[in-house]
Amino acid sequence: MLQTNLKHVESDEEFEKLIAENENVMICCGRMGPMCLPVYDIMESLQAKFPHVQFRDMDFDGPASHNIKRLPEVRGFMGLPFTIYYKNGQVVQATTSIQTEEQVLGILNRYFARAA
Amino acid sequence: MEEQFDVIVLGGGPAGLTAAIYLGRARVKTLVLDTGTVGGQTVLSFSVANYPGVEETSGRDISQTMLRQARQFGAEVKAYAKIKAVELAGENKVVELQDGSRFVARAVIVATGGVPRKLGLESEARLAGRGISYCATCDGDFFTGKPIVVIGGGNSALEEALALTKYASRVTIVHEFDHFQAQPWIVEEVRAHPRIELVMEQDILDFVGEENLQEVVVAHKQTKEITRIEADGCFIFIGYVPNSAAFSAELQLNERGEIITDDNMATSLPGVFAAGDVRQKRYRQITTAVADGTVAALGATAYLEERKAA
Repeated sequence: MLQTNLKHVESDEEFEKLIAENENVMICCGRMGPMCLPVYDIMESLQAKFPHVQFRDMDFDGPASHNIKRLPEVRGFMGLPFTIYYKNGQVVQATTSIQTEEQVLGILNRYFARAA
Repeated sequence: MEEQFDVIVLGGGPAGLTAAIYLGRARVKTLVLDTGTVGGQTVLSFSVANYPGVEETSGRDISQTMLRQARQFGAEVKAYAKIKAVELAGENKVVELQDGSRFVARAVIVATGGVPRKLGLESEARLAGRGISYCATCDGDFFTGKPIVVIGGGNSALEEALALTKYASRVTIVHEFDHFQAQPWIVEEVRAHPRIELVMEQDILDFVGEENLQEVVVAHKQTKEITRIEADGCFIFIGYVPNSAAFSAELQLNERGEIITDDNMATSLPGVFAAGDVRQKRYRQITTAVADGTVAALGATAYLEERKAA
């Protein structure tokens, strides 16, 4: 289990339930390295601002990670973490390696903005 | 709304957090602001084995311990603080955030550190995470059995090149000079390693690949001969750029953009100190950052005492 303050996705069942029951989901699949930690911190800091988004982490070496690794959107990814954004169960964006807060916010505002 | 502190520390890496620990312990009302994750470049170190008194730990763990200490001594620490403006010249120093918060203090310690230097090529940005990496411990295993390139010639580049031989079929070190800047013992290890090749005096021209990196194109500085190095991965370790742009109008910087200070971390402005990698210094280690933070805190405390007495 990753040592973060985010909720974790640790099994296929948790992953399928999360995607099926939530409109907006952001999953950061990584380890506890220096490229992953800032992304987890960014997600944690944005939870209050985006209450309609489910923010989760997932262990890259854990049993649920094949759900991410098999995605066509991550083909060619060779930098941790793999961060996936789901809208109504479909992947709308996938990023590789470290992301800045601006980059994350750009994606959240583009795909997960609340209707006015 | 303005909030008053005695000292504002800009930067939450080891220099800034050490300053906060000393200031907090001296009952100096202290605010630490960091624009990102607290910990600075220390967080990039997966394993720290040469911090005196600590046999082996991670950069993250050291940072978190420093953060806890700073808070226990009363320092307020804000991460992801988006700074809009800084005014250092007056008796009262002002820091304004993008959310409209304003913080005022009689002294400021600039401990904003640096960011990894990049080559600045379009292909470097395009292939980041698709073969180009700045972290061997994070991404090394993606390149198991594959040829990779390491760019750089200092301690970090050579240490990471050695670490990457655990995974890669071949490691080619590409450096701009005809000699390395790293410690002699590590240069010796690199030269002796059977799976490390050295390509010296090179300019990096381009990274080639559509979905993923395939080649690194280099040119010899003297002869201009072009070489295309087959590589599935390229790790770039070419130093750091000081985070000093926000202070360039008010503080004296050297030609590399580092803040100039005296031995007591005092800058060209009264009441403004600088500590850690952002300032002019030869050696950049966690321990030297901690030392700078200590001295800056003591200097700032003495400065405030002198103001009170006057």
